[in-house]
Amino acid sequence: MSETITFTIDGVKVQGAGGQTILQAAQDAGVYIPRLCAKEELSPFGSCRVCTVLVDGRPQTACTYPIAEDMIVESDSEQVAAIRRDIIDMLFVEGNHYCMFCETSGDCELQALAYRFGITAPKFPYMFPKREIDMSHPEIFIDRDRCILCARCVRASRDLDEKAVFQFVGRGPDKRIAVNAESRLVDTNIDVTDEAISICPVGALIRKKGSYAVPYGQRKYDHEPIGSDIEKARKAE
Amino acid sequence: MSKPKIATTSMCGCFGCHMSILDIDERILDLVELVEFDKSPITDLKEFTGRCAVGLIEGSCANDENVRTLQKFRENCDVLVAVGGCAITGDIPAMRNNIPLQECFNEAYLDGPTVYNPDKLIPSDPEIPLILDRIYPCDEVVKIDYFLPGCPPSADAIWAALTALLTGQPLELSYEMIKYD
Ligand code: SF4
Ligand code: SF4
Ligand code: FES
Repeated sequence: MSETITFTIDGVKVQGAGGQTILQAAQDAGVYIPRLCAKEELSPFGSCRVCTVLVDGRPQTACTYPIAEDMIVESDSEQVAAIRRDIIDMLFVEGNHYCMFCETSGDCELQALAYRFGITAPKFPYMFPKREIDMSHPEIFIDRDRCILCARCVRASRDLDEKAVFQFVGRGPDKRIAVNAESRLVDTNIDVTDEAISICPVGALIRKKGSYAVPYGQRKYDHEPIGSDIEKARKAE
Repeated sequence: MSKPKIATTSMCGCFGCHMSILDIDERILDLVELVEFDKSPITDLKEFTGRCAVGLIEGSCANDENVRTLQKFRENCDVLVAVGGCAITGDIPAMRNNIPLQECFNEAYLDGPTVYNPDKLIPSDPEIPLILDRIYPCDEVVKIDYFLPGCPPSADAIWAALTALLTGQPLELSYEMIKYD
Protein backbone atom coordinates (compact mmCIF):
# COMPACT_ATOMS: atom_id res chain seq x y z
CA MET A 1 0.00 0.00 0.00
CA SER A 2 1.27 3.44 -0.86
CA GLU A 3 1.56 6.00 1.89
CA THR A 4 -1.19 8.52 2.54
CA ILE A 5 -0.29 12.12 1.84
CA THR A 6 -2.16 15.06 3.30
CA PHE A 7 -2.10 18.39 1.49
CA THR A 8 -4.35 21.43 1.08
CA ILE A 9 -6.44 22.55 -1.91
CA ASP A 10 -8.06 25.95 -1.61
CA GLY A 11 -7.79 25.83 2.15
CA VAL A 12 -9.36 22.36 2.48
CA LYS A 13 -7.30 19.40 3.72
CA VAL A 14 -7.24 16.55 1.19
CA GLN A 15 -5.71 13.10 1.37
CA GLY A 16 -4.15 11.32 -1.55
CA ALA A 17 -1.92 8.33 -2.21
CA GLY A 18 1.81 8.69 -2.74
CA GLY A 19 2.65 8.92 -6.43
CA GLN A 20 -0.62 10.57 -7.39
CA THR A 21 -0.59 13.83 -9.28
CA ILE A 22 -2.42 16.87 -7.93
CA LEU A 23 -5.03 16.41 -10.66
CA GLN A 24 -5.74 12.78 -9.68
CA ALA A 25 -5.81 13.39 -5.95
CA ALA A 26 -8.04 16.44 -6.38
CA GLN A 27 -10.42 14.50 -8.61
CA ASP A 28 -10.68 11.68 -6.05
CA ALA A 29 -11.58 14.34 -3.50
CA GLY A 30 -14.30 15.75 -5.77
CA VAL A 31 -12.35 18.83 -6.84
CA TYR A 32 -12.41 19.40 -10.58
CA ILE A 33 -9.27 20.89 -12.10
CA PRO A 34 -9.71 21.76 -15.79
CA ARG A 35 -7.63 19.68 -18.20
CA LEU A 36 -7.30 19.08 -21.92
CA CYS A 37 -4.21 16.99 -22.60
CA ALA A 38 -4.63 14.86 -19.47
CA LYS A 39 -6.78 11.74 -19.66
CA GLU A 40 -7.09 8.97 -17.06
CA GLU A 41 -5.99 6.15 -19.32
CA LEU A 42 -2.96 8.02 -20.72
CA SER A 43 0.39 8.93 -19.23
CA PRO A 44 0.67 12.60 -18.17
CA PHE A 45 1.95 14.92 -20.87
CA GLY A 46 1.75 18.48 -19.52
CA SER A 47 1.33 20.38 -22.77
CA CYS A 48 -1.90 22.38 -22.62
CA ARG A 49 -1.38 24.11 -19.23
CA VAL A 50 -5.11 24.61 -18.53
CA CYS A 51 -4.64 22.53 -15.37
CA THR A 52 -2.38 25.23 -13.95
CA VAL A 53 -2.60 25.60 -10.17
CA LEU A 54 -0.41 27.47 -7.70
CA VAL A 55 1.74 25.09 -5.69
CA ASP A 56 3.12 26.92 -2.68
CA GLY A 57 2.57 30.09 -4.67
CA ARG A 58 4.13 29.01 -7.98
CA PRO A 59 2.28 28.07 -11.19
CA GLN A 60 2.58 24.35 -11.94
CA THR A 61 0.67 21.85 -14.08
CA ALA A 62 -1.56 19.76 -11.81
CA CYS A 63 -1.55 16.83 -14.25
CA THR A 64 2.20 16.24 -13.92
CA TYR A 65 2.98 17.50 -10.41
CA PRO A 66 3.12 14.81 -7.70
CA ILE A 67 1.46 15.54 -4.38
CA ALA A 68 3.62 15.99 -1.31
CA GLU A 69 2.99 16.25 2.41
CA ASP A 70 1.74 19.70 3.55
CA MET A 71 1.77 21.08 0.02
CA ILE A 72 -0.51 24.10 -0.44
CA VAL A 73 -2.43 24.11 -3.73
CA GLU A 74 -4.51 27.01 -4.98
CA SER A 75 -6.96 26.18 -7.78
CA ASP A 76 -10.21 28.06 -7.28
CA SER A 77 -9.01 31.67 -7.24
CA GLU A 78 -9.34 34.62 -9.57
CA GLN A 79 -5.59 34.60 -10.19
CA VAL A 80 -5.59 30.96 -11.34
CA ALA A 81 -8.81 31.40 -13.32
CA ALA A 82 -7.21 34.31 -15.19
CA ILE A 83 -4.27 32.12 -16.24
CA ARG A 84 -6.60 29.35 -17.40
CA ARG A 85 -8.85 31.76 -19.28
CA ASP A 86 -5.87 33.22 -21.14
CA ILE A 87 -4.74 29.73 -22.15
CA ILE A 88 -8.22 28.83 -23.41
CA ASP A 89 -8.36 32.13 -25.32
CA MET A 90 -5.00 31.37 -26.92
CA LEU A 91 -6.09 27.87 -27.96
CA PHE A 92 -9.04 29.42 -29.78
CA VAL A 93 -7.17 32.18 -31.61
CA GLU A 94 -4.26 29.89 -32.57
CA GLY A 95 -6.57 27.65 -34.58
CA ASN A 96 -9.65 28.11 -36.72
CA HIS A 97 -12.64 27.03 -34.68
CA TYR A 98 -15.90 27.13 -36.63
CA CYS A 99 -18.06 25.68 -33.88
CA MET A 100 -21.29 26.25 -35.77
CA PHE A 101 -20.56 23.40 -38.17
CA CYS A 102 -18.10 21.36 -36.12
CA GLU A 103 -19.12 17.72 -35.66
CA THR A 104 -17.90 17.85 -32.06
CA SER A 105 -19.74 20.99 -31.03
CA GLY A 106 -21.63 20.35 -27.81
CA ASP A 107 -19.30 17.50 -26.89
CA CYS A 108 -16.00 19.36 -27.33
CA GLU A 109 -13.83 19.72 -24.25
CA LEU A 110 -12.19 22.97 -25.40
CA GLN A 111 -15.55 24.57 -26.14
CA ALA A 112 -16.94 23.23 -22.86
CA LEU A 113 -14.08 24.81 -20.93
CA ALA A 114 -14.72 28.15 -22.62
CA TYR A 115 -18.40 27.84 -21.61
CA ARG A 116 -17.45 26.92 -18.06
CA PHE A 117 -15.29 30.02 -17.83
CA GLY A 118 -18.08 32.16 -19.32
CA ILE A 119 -15.93 33.32 -22.23
CA THR A 120 -18.01 35.32 -24.70
CA ALA A 121 -15.02 36.20 -26.90
CA PRO A 122 -11.27 35.59 -26.69
CA LYS A 123 -9.28 38.62 -25.65
CA PHE A 124 -6.51 38.06 -28.22
CA PRO A 125 -6.77 38.73 -31.97
CA TYR A 126 -7.45 35.75 -34.23
CA MET A 127 -4.42 34.44 -36.09
CA PHE A 128 -6.32 32.69 -38.91
CA PRO A 129 -3.52 30.16 -39.50
CA LYS A 130 -3.43 28.10 -42.66
CA ARG A 131 -3.88 24.43 -41.78
CA GLU A 132 -4.33 21.38 -43.98
CA ILE A 133 -7.21 18.92 -43.76
CA ASP A 134 -6.54 15.22 -44.44
CA MET A 135 -9.62 13.66 -46.05
CA SER A 136 -7.73 10.75 -47.64
CA HIS A 137 -9.14 8.01 -45.41
CA PRO A 138 -12.64 6.75 -46.28
CA GLU A 139 -13.82 6.67 -42.67
CA ILE A 140 -11.77 9.17 -40.67
CA PHE A 141 -10.46 12.68 -41.25
CA ILE A 142 -8.01 15.06 -39.63
CA ASP A 143 -9.11 18.69 -39.36
CA ARG A 144 -5.98 20.51 -38.24
CA ASP A 145 -7.90 23.80 -37.89
CA ARG A 146 -9.24 22.35 -34.64
CA CYS A 147 -6.16 20.52 -33.35
CA ILE A 148 -4.83 21.85 -30.04
CA LEU A 149 -1.64 19.71 -30.11
CA CYS A 150 -2.57 17.89 -26.92
CA ALA A 151 -0.96 14.62 -28.05
CA ARG A 152 -3.80 12.49 -26.72
CA CYS A 153 -3.97 10.74 -30.11
CA VAL A 154 -0.20 10.29 -30.16
CA ARG A 155 -0.21 8.60 -26.75
CA ALA A 156 -3.41 6.62 -27.32
CA SER A 157 -2.28 5.23 -30.66
CA ARG A 158 1.06 4.23 -29.18
CA ASP A 159 -0.04 2.95 -25.76
CA LEU A 160 -3.65 1.83 -26.17
CA ASP A 161 -3.90 0.86 -29.85
CA GLU A 162 -0.22 -0.16 -30.00
CA LYS A 163 0.23 1.34 -33.46
CA ALA A 164 1.91 4.76 -33.26
CA VAL A 165 -0.10 6.29 -36.11
CA PHE A 166 0.34 9.92 -34.99
CA GLN A 167 3.30 12.15 -34.31
CA PHE A 168 4.07 15.86 -34.36
CA VAL A 169 6.16 17.55 -37.01
CA GLY A 170 7.48 21.13 -37.10
CA ARG A 171 8.15 23.56 -34.29
CA GLY A 172 6.57 26.60 -32.72
CA PRO A 173 3.70 27.99 -34.77
CA ASP A 174 4.44 25.41 -37.50
CA LYS A 175 3.96 22.44 -35.21
CA ARG A 176 1.20 20.17 -36.44
CA ILE A 177 -0.17 16.69 -36.00
CA ALA A 178 1.02 14.25 -38.66
CA VAL A 179 0.72 10.55 -39.36
CA ASN A 180 3.36 7.91 -39.27
CA ALA A 181 3.48 7.33 -43.01
CA GLU A 182 4.31 9.30 -46.15
CA SER A 183 1.83 11.94 -44.98
CA ARG A 184 -1.71 10.71 -45.56
CA LEU A 185 -4.01 9.06 -43.06
CA VAL A 186 -5.14 6.45 -45.60
CA ASP A 187 -1.57 5.12 -45.82
CA THR A 188 -1.48 4.21 -42.13
CA ASN A 189 -2.78 1.16 -40.31
CA ILE A 190 -5.35 3.24 -38.41
CA ASP A 191 -8.71 1.63 -37.86
CA VAL A 192 -12.03 3.40 -37.40
CA THR A 193 -12.45 1.75 -33.99
CA ASP A 194 -9.07 2.98 -32.67
CA GLU A 195 -9.04 4.66 -29.26
CA ALA A 196 -6.87 7.40 -30.73
CA ILE A 197 -9.86 8.84 -32.59
CA SER A 198 -12.44 8.97 -29.81
CA ILE A 199 -9.91 10.30 -27.33
CA CYS A 200 -9.35 13.58 -29.22
CA PRO A 201 -10.81 16.26 -26.90
CA VAL A 202 -11.83 18.45 -29.84
CA GLY A 203 -13.07 17.90 -33.38
CA ALA A 204 -9.67 17.35 -34.98
CA LEU A 205 -10.10 13.59 -35.45
CA ILE A 206 -13.53 12.71 -36.74
CA ARG A 207 -15.28 9.56 -37.91
CA LYS A 208 -16.94 10.49 -41.17
CA LYS A 209 -20.10 8.51 -40.59
CA GLY A 210 -22.71 9.27 -37.95
CA SER A 211 -21.95 12.94 -37.39
CA TYR A 212 -24.61 15.31 -36.02
CA ALA A 213 -26.67 12.36 -34.77
CA VAL A 214 -27.35 13.89 -31.35
CA PRO A 215 -29.67 16.89 -31.50
CA TYR A 216 -28.90 20.28 -30.02
CA GLY A 217 -29.96 20.26 -26.39
CA GLN A 218 -29.00 16.62 -25.77
CA ARG A 219 -25.25 16.85 -26.18
CA LYS A 220 -22.80 16.35 -23.37
CA TYR A 221 -22.20 19.95 -22.36
CA ASP A 222 -25.46 21.59 -23.47
CA HIS A 223 -26.82 22.03 -19.95
CA GLU A 224 -24.07 21.31 -17.43
CA PRO A 225 -20.51 22.58 -17.33
CA ILE A 226 -17.61 20.22 -17.91
CA GLY A 227 -16.40 18.82 -14.57
CA SER A 228 -19.88 18.80 -13.01
CA ASP A 229 -19.74 15.00 -12.66
CA ILE A 230 -16.57 15.23 -10.57
CA GLU A 231 -17.97 18.04 -8.45
CA LYS A 232 -21.24 16.19 -7.90
CA ALA A 233 -19.32 13.22 -6.54
CA ARG A 234 -18.00 15.52 -3.81
CA LYS A 235 -21.39 17.02 -3.03
CA ALA A 236 -22.93 13.57 -2.72
CA GLU A 237 -20.43 12.50 -0.08
CA MET B 1 -38.46 61.20 -20.69
CA SER B 2 -38.35 59.79 -24.19
CA LYS B 3 -37.54 56.15 -24.72
CA PRO B 4 -33.92 55.12 -25.35
CA LYS B 5 -33.13 54.22 -28.93
CA ILE B 6 -31.54 51.10 -30.29
CA ALA B 7 -30.00 50.55 -33.69
CA THR B 8 -29.11 47.32 -35.46
CA THR B 9 -27.26 46.36 -38.60
CA SER B 10 -26.36 43.25 -40.54
CA MET B 11 -22.94 43.46 -42.20
CA CYS B 12 -21.15 40.31 -43.42
CA GLY B 13 -23.59 37.90 -41.81
CA CYS B 14 -26.57 35.86 -42.94
CA PHE B 15 -29.35 37.80 -41.18
CA GLY B 16 -29.76 34.84 -38.86
CA CYS B 17 -28.98 36.98 -35.83
CA HIS B 18 -31.73 39.40 -36.81
CA MET B 19 -34.05 36.43 -37.14
CA SER B 20 -33.06 35.48 -33.62
CA ILE B 21 -33.91 39.03 -32.44
CA LEU B 22 -37.39 38.52 -33.91
CA ASP B 23 -37.47 35.14 -32.21
CA ILE B 24 -38.07 36.84 -28.85
CA ASP B 25 -41.70 36.41 -29.95
CA GLU B 26 -44.29 38.34 -27.96
CA ARG B 27 -41.56 39.87 -25.82
CA ILE B 28 -41.06 42.19 -28.78
CA LEU B 29 -44.12 44.03 -27.44
CA ASP B 30 -42.29 44.62 -24.15
CA LEU B 31 -39.26 45.70 -26.13
CA VAL B 32 -41.26 48.29 -28.04
CA GLU B 33 -42.42 49.62 -24.65
CA LEU B 34 -38.79 49.90 -23.55
CA VAL B 35 -37.15 51.29 -26.67
CA GLU B 36 -37.56 52.97 -29.97
CA PHE B 37 -35.83 51.41 -32.98
CA ASP B 38 -33.60 53.81 -34.89
CA LYS B 39 -31.41 52.85 -37.86
CA SER B 40 -32.11 49.17 -38.45
CA PRO B 41 -33.31 46.78 -41.13
CA ILE B 42 -36.40 46.45 -38.92
CA THR B 43 -37.36 50.13 -39.47
CA ASP B 44 -35.55 50.45 -42.79
CA LEU B 45 -34.10 53.78 -41.58
CA LYS B 46 -30.87 54.25 -43.53
CA GLU B 47 -29.37 56.97 -41.31
CA PHE B 48 -29.27 57.62 -37.58
CA THR B 49 -31.91 60.08 -36.38
CA GLY B 50 -30.33 60.60 -32.96
CA ARG B 51 -28.09 59.21 -30.29
CA CYS B 52 -28.72 55.52 -29.53
CA ALA B 53 -28.28 53.72 -26.23
CA VAL B 54 -27.46 50.36 -27.77
CA GLY B 55 -26.20 49.25 -31.16
CA LEU B 56 -26.42 45.61 -32.15
CA ILE B 57 -23.95 44.50 -34.80
CA GLU B 58 -24.45 41.33 -36.78
CA GLY B 59 -21.66 40.23 -39.12
CA SER B 60 -18.06 41.19 -39.65
CA CYS B 61 -16.31 43.63 -41.99
CA ALA B 62 -15.86 42.22 -45.48
CA ASN B 63 -15.82 45.49 -47.43
CA ASP B 64 -15.27 49.23 -47.03
CA GLU B 65 -18.97 49.91 -46.60
CA ASN B 66 -19.08 47.55 -43.60
CA VAL B 67 -16.19 49.45 -42.05
CA ARG B 68 -17.94 52.80 -42.49
CA THR B 69 -21.20 51.39 -41.10
CA LEU B 70 -19.40 50.04 -38.06
CA GLN B 71 -17.62 53.34 -37.46
CA LYS B 72 -20.95 55.17 -37.69
CA PHE B 73 -22.46 52.80 -35.15
CA ARG B 74 -19.54 53.47 -32.81
CA GLU B 75 -20.03 57.23 -33.19
CA ASN B 76 -23.77 57.11 -32.61
CA CYS B 77 -24.24 54.39 -29.97
CA ASP B 78 -23.33 54.46 -26.29
CA VAL B 79 -22.93 50.69 -26.11
CA LEU B 80 -21.99 48.43 -29.00
CA VAL B 81 -22.75 44.71 -28.85
CA ALA B 82 -21.18 42.26 -31.29
CA VAL B 83 -24.03 39.80 -31.83
CA GLY B 84 -23.18 36.34 -33.12
CA GLY B 85 -20.13 34.44 -34.28
CA CYS B 86 -19.52 36.43 -37.47
CA ALA B 87 -19.31 39.75 -35.61
CA ILE B 88 -17.02 38.24 -32.97
CA THR B 89 -14.70 35.91 -34.91
CA GLY B 90 -15.55 36.39 -38.58
CA ASP B 91 -16.77 32.78 -38.57
CA ILE B 92 -17.90 31.26 -41.90
CA PRO B 93 -16.98 34.35 -43.99
CA ALA B 94 -13.52 34.27 -42.39
CA MET B 95 -12.87 30.90 -44.02
CA ARG B 96 -11.58 32.98 -46.92
CA ASN B 97 -8.91 34.60 -44.74
CA ASN B 98 -6.38 32.00 -45.82
CA ILE B 99 -7.12 32.29 -49.49
CA PRO B 100 -5.62 35.13 -51.56
CA LEU B 101 -8.30 37.56 -52.74
CA GLN B 102 -7.52 36.95 -56.41
CA GLU B 103 -8.16 33.23 -55.92
CA CYS B 104 -11.52 34.01 -54.29
CA PHE B 105 -12.48 36.21 -57.26
CA ASN B 106 -11.36 33.61 -59.75
CA GLU B 107 -13.44 30.95 -58.06
CA ALA B 108 -16.50 33.18 -57.70
CA TYR B 109 -16.48 34.79 -61.16
CA LEU B 110 -14.37 32.67 -63.49
CA ASP B 111 -13.61 29.10 -62.46
CA GLY B 112 -16.47 28.01 -60.19
CA PRO B 113 -18.37 24.96 -61.51
CA THR B 114 -21.65 26.87 -61.95
CA VAL B 115 -20.22 30.17 -63.26
CA TYR B 116 -21.54 31.56 -66.55
CA ASN B 117 -19.43 34.59 -67.43
CA PRO B 118 -18.57 34.60 -71.16
CA ASP B 119 -16.87 38.03 -70.98
CA LYS B 120 -14.64 36.86 -68.13
CA LEU B 121 -15.31 40.06 -66.20
CA ILE B 122 -14.66 40.43 -62.51
CA PRO B 123 -17.01 43.18 -61.23
CA SER B 124 -15.14 46.33 -60.24
CA ASP B 125 -17.74 49.10 -60.55
CA PRO B 126 -17.11 52.01 -58.15
CA GLU B 127 -20.74 51.57 -56.97
CA ILE B 128 -19.89 48.16 -55.57
CA PRO B 129 -18.33 48.22 -52.10
CA LEU B 130 -14.62 47.50 -52.22
CA ILE B 131 -13.91 44.06 -50.81
CA LEU B 132 -11.22 43.88 -48.11
CA ASP B 133 -8.16 41.63 -48.23
CA ARG B 134 -9.69 39.51 -45.46
CA ILE B 135 -12.57 39.42 -43.02
CA TYR B 136 -12.10 41.66 -39.99
CA PRO B 137 -13.94 40.76 -36.77
CA CYS B 138 -15.69 43.87 -35.39
CA ASP B 139 -13.35 44.45 -32.48
CA GLU B 140 -10.40 44.74 -34.86
CA VAL B 141 -12.10 47.81 -36.34
CA VAL B 142 -13.80 49.64 -33.44
CA LYS B 143 -14.12 49.15 -29.69
CA ILE B 144 -16.84 46.63 -28.86
CA ASP B 145 -18.38 46.75 -25.39
CA TYR B 146 -20.11 43.36 -25.20
CA PHE B 147 -20.01 40.08 -27.08
CA LEU B 148 -23.00 37.82 -27.49
CA PRO B 149 -21.74 34.58 -29.06
CA GLY B 150 -23.80 32.00 -30.91
CA CYS B 151 -24.71 31.14 -34.46
CA PRO B 152 -27.11 32.76 -33.82
CA PRO B 153 -27.31 33.66 -30.13
CA SER B 154 -30.58 32.37 -28.72
CA ALA B 155 -33.51 34.74 -28.42
CA ASP B 156 -33.27 34.29 -24.65
CA ALA B 157 -29.65 35.45 -24.65
CA ILE B 158 -30.50 38.46 -26.80
CA TRP B 159 -33.43 39.29 -24.56
CA ALA B 160 -31.32 38.95 -21.40
CA ALA B 161 -28.64 41.20 -22.87
CA LEU B 162 -31.02 43.85 -24.15
CA THR B 163 -33.09 44.12 -20.98
CA ALA B 164 -29.93 44.30 -18.84
CA LEU B 165 -28.33 46.99 -20.99
CA LEU B 166 -31.49 49.06 -21.33
CA THR B 167 -32.30 49.00 -17.63
CA GLY B 168 -28.73 49.62 -16.50
CA GLN B 169 -28.31 46.17 -14.92
CA PRO B 170 -25.04 44.22 -15.16
CA LEU B 171 -25.04 41.85 -18.13
CA GLU B 172 -24.96 38.32 -16.77
CA LEU B 173 -25.44 35.42 -19.13
CA SER B 174 -26.38 32.04 -17.68
CA TYR B 175 -24.42 28.90 -18.62
CA GLU B 176 -26.93 27.94 -21.28
CA MET B 177 -26.87 31.37 -22.89
CA ILE B 178 -23.21 31.19 -23.90
CA LYS B 179 -23.04 28.94 -26.96
CA TYR B 180 -20.81 29.05 -29.99
CA ASP B 181 -23.15 27.16 -32.31
S1 SF4 C 1 -13.10 21.62 -31.97
FE1 SF4 C 1 -14.43 22.43 -30.35
S2 SF4 C 1 -13.87 24.59 -30.20
FE2 SF4 C 1 -13.08 23.82 -32.15
S3 SF4 C 1 -14.67 24.22 -33.67
FE3 SF4 C 1 -15.06 22.16 -32.87
S4 SF4 C 1 -16.51 22.48 -31.20
FE4 SF4 C 1 -15.59 24.46 -31.63
S1 SF4 D 1 -5.64 15.53 -33.23
FE1 SF4 D 1 -6.85 15.76 -31.34
S2 SF4 D 1 -5.88 14.35 -29.90
FE2 SF4 D 1 -4.43 14.65 -31.56
S3 SF4 D 1 -3.10 16.32 -30.87
FE3 SF4 D 1 -4.74 17.23 -32.09
S4 SF4 D 1 -6.30 17.79 -30.61
FE4 SF4 D 1 -4.95 16.35 -29.59
S1 FES E 1 -3.99 18.91 -18.48
FE1 FES E 1 -2.18 19.47 -17.47
S2 FES E 1 -1.00 20.41 -18.99
FE2 FES E 1 -2.77 19.69 -20.07
